[in-house]
Amino acid sequence: MFKKVKYIWHIIRHLSGDDAYDRYLTHHAQFHTAMVDAPEPLSRKAFFKLWQDSKWTGVNRCC
Amino acid sequence: MIQKKIKVIAWFAVAMLGAYALSGIALNRGESINAIWMVTSAVCIYAIAYRFYAAWIAAKVLTTNETRATPAERLDNGRDFLPTNKWVVFGHHFAAISGPGPLIGPTLAAQFGYLPGTLWILIGVVLGGAVQDMVILFFSTRRNGRSLGQMARDEIGSIGGTAALIGTFMIMIILIAVLGLVVVNAMKHSPWATSTIAATIPIAMVIGLYMRHIRPGRVLEATAIGVILLLLSVVGGGWVDHSASLRVLFDHDSLPLAYAIILYGFAAAVLPVWLLLAPRDYLSTFMKLGTIFLLAIAIVVLRPEIHMPAVTQFVDGTGPIFGGKVFPFVFITIACGAVSGFHALIASGTTPKLIANERDIRMIGYGGMLLESFVAMMAMIAATVLEPGVFFAINSPAGVIGQTAVDAITTINSWGFAVTVEQMEQLAKDMGESSLFARTGGAPSLAVGMASILANAFGKSLLALWYHFAIMFEALFILTTLDAGTRVGRFMLQDILGNFNQKLGETSYMPSVILTSALVVSGWGYFLYIGVIDPNGGVNILWPLFGIANQMLAAIALCVATSIIVKSGKARYAWVTALPLTWLVVITSTAAYEKIFSDDVRVGFFAAANHLSAQLSSGVLSAERAVIAPRLIFNQHLDAYLTMFFVFVLWVVVIDMINISRRYLQGKKVLASSETPYVKTALE
Repeated sequence: MFKKVKYIWHIIRHLSGDDAYDRYLTHHAQFHTAMVDAPEPLSRKAFFKLWQDSKWTGVNRCC
Repeated sequence: MIQKKIKVIAWFAVAMLGAYALSGIALNRGESINAIWMVTSAVCIYAIAYRFYAAWIAAKVLTTNETRATPAERLDNGRDFLPTNKWVVFGHHFAAISGPGPLIGPTLAAQFGYLPGTLWILIGVVLGGAVQDMVILFFSTRRNGRSLGQMARDEIGSIGGTAALIGTFMIMIILIAVLGLVVVNAMKHSPWATSTIAATIPIAMVIGLYMRHIRPGRVLEATAIGVILLLLSVVGGGWVDHSASLRVLFDHDSLPLAYAIILYGFAAAVLPVWLLLAPRDYLSTFMKLGTIFLLAIAIVVLRPEIHMPAVTQFVDGTGPIFGGKVFPFVFITIACGAVSGFHALIASGTTPKLIANERDIRMIGYGGMLLESFVAMMAMIAATVLEPGVFFAINSPAGVIGQTAVDAITTINSWGFAVTVEQMEQLAKDMGESSLFARTGGAPSLAVGMASILANAFGKSLLALWYHFAIMFEALFILTTLDAGTRVGRFMLQDILGNFNQKLGETSYMPSVILTSALVVSGWGYFLYIGVIDPNGGVNILWPLFGIANQMLAAIALCVATSIIVKSGKARYAWVTALPLTWLVVITSTAAYEKIFSDDVRVGFFAAANHLSAQLSSGVLSAERAVIAPRLIFNQHLDAYLTMFFVFVLWVVVIDMINISRRYLQGKKVLASSETPYVKTALE
């Protein structure tokens, strides 16, 4: 039961983009640490700005 | 083996139940039926279609391949390309495709009775809308998430690509205008609705600031605060309504409200996304999902009776809400919920970049559209549980049924629908409104329907609160579509202007932002203005125009899909998209023909213009009407030419598609498929 609630909560966070920054950090650790001159990950604020801007550049709402 | 047998029996039972429920609603005459039958038939039909038809299309026509790496995997950049859990993609996709359309269309189409609209929603979605969404999603996923316009250019040629681009832009303009009109009609002389809707703007800004600067990226936290503030704004609107000094501030006629919406639209397009658009979108998405869920529960628990007849006398084309016979106009009026070309823009572009595996495409594309169709069914139920007399009193424009309450009631009674002036006054009082006559556009009648369902299920004393909650909920995502649409229109214009002047093409160059936003806003602002001054309500002109444009875009999307299927050597399966395509071409062409050439002044644009000119020259119009008549005449002409243009574009693309298919089948050279080569997935 508790496990299920946790899973649903995870999905809700995922759906709303609440965990976007955490996922970005995981992605960053996975793909960039192998490089010598790996760039520092963005701050939470900077990442969120970028994420929100990219989300709203195309058609994403219709009738 | 036994398990398999049980499955067969279970699916057989679902099919029988669906058939039983559907025949119940289709063959019932005389006595009223229960809404639960509409829900049951819808759910059974969706289940069968999803399990068998959609699965067959995925396996045989598209041949989805779960070992193939999707663009989300190959081009993963942690932001827009990102392999994502299928439920999450489903949520994003559904939130994007379902706007106010499926709520408004069925409400307007209910003038024909509950049956024509219900059948079209069910058949249209299974064979048309959901198929379109799924195949476009699949083809775009196979092409790195390319947009519909790009795919049309790659697969059919540059004419198809340009047609898709122009179609999108025009739909956007007309859609925003008609949505603006719906909001204006909901706020007209309603201090409660106006103050509540006005409050959503500062609330969105506070949430925007919170998410950007106070607690960056804490989306859920911010949304929770926002939802609470929104609910308070509904209650607060009631206080404003009861305070004699405050209510005059929010009590306005349509025209000033339309100007306010136009100004707001301009501000929203110029302001940064994070301040208004993004936070409002979070709030509207949560509100939408929550309210739809609540309404579904209430309908199942309450099982309301449908009061509208199965078929009304207005199938002959004399309907008060909009003129025109049931064929083709029911198919034009209900676009979203049955077939919506607009969805092809979401299914190509944003969603394919998130899909982790091709096997998720059936659920997201086909399943997402089925859910949207279910929303349309609920709107149909909410419209038809109202007493027909009440329904027509709210939705018929004053120009048709008469300016005064007594005139309106006399007209409606003469159609054979019982309703009294006292009944309408009591209803308006219960809902906390001064009058509910001639509130065209569908939002107020949907809100009355929703309020009576929700109040019966969750507390009768709160009728006025539920009504304004429903209005707020509709206005919230209508304004989101208005903001987002204006912005998309702006980007498209900047893209085009960028070809002539590089500086104007930069999306962050302020003079260009202001210029293009002003152009887009004045485009839809014009149609909104005409809609407001039109004594026949404007919705009766704008909504069919929107429907024709939207179905035209669907036809273009299905042309792209058909030509891809033929070119991939599967011409024997091309009927899957060619069948809905043929139907769409038939209904859009017929509807356009009638809108242009009909002698009926309530259907034909030219007929209406000539009628008004004759009235104007013979001097029968009042001084007030005579001033606006030339503008209305000009607009009728403009709408007629616009319709001709839509049909012309549609036929050009269809002929192009037929040519390409014929050339391919004759073994001649055609544009090569733009599908990306196979790469094996490394996920799982």
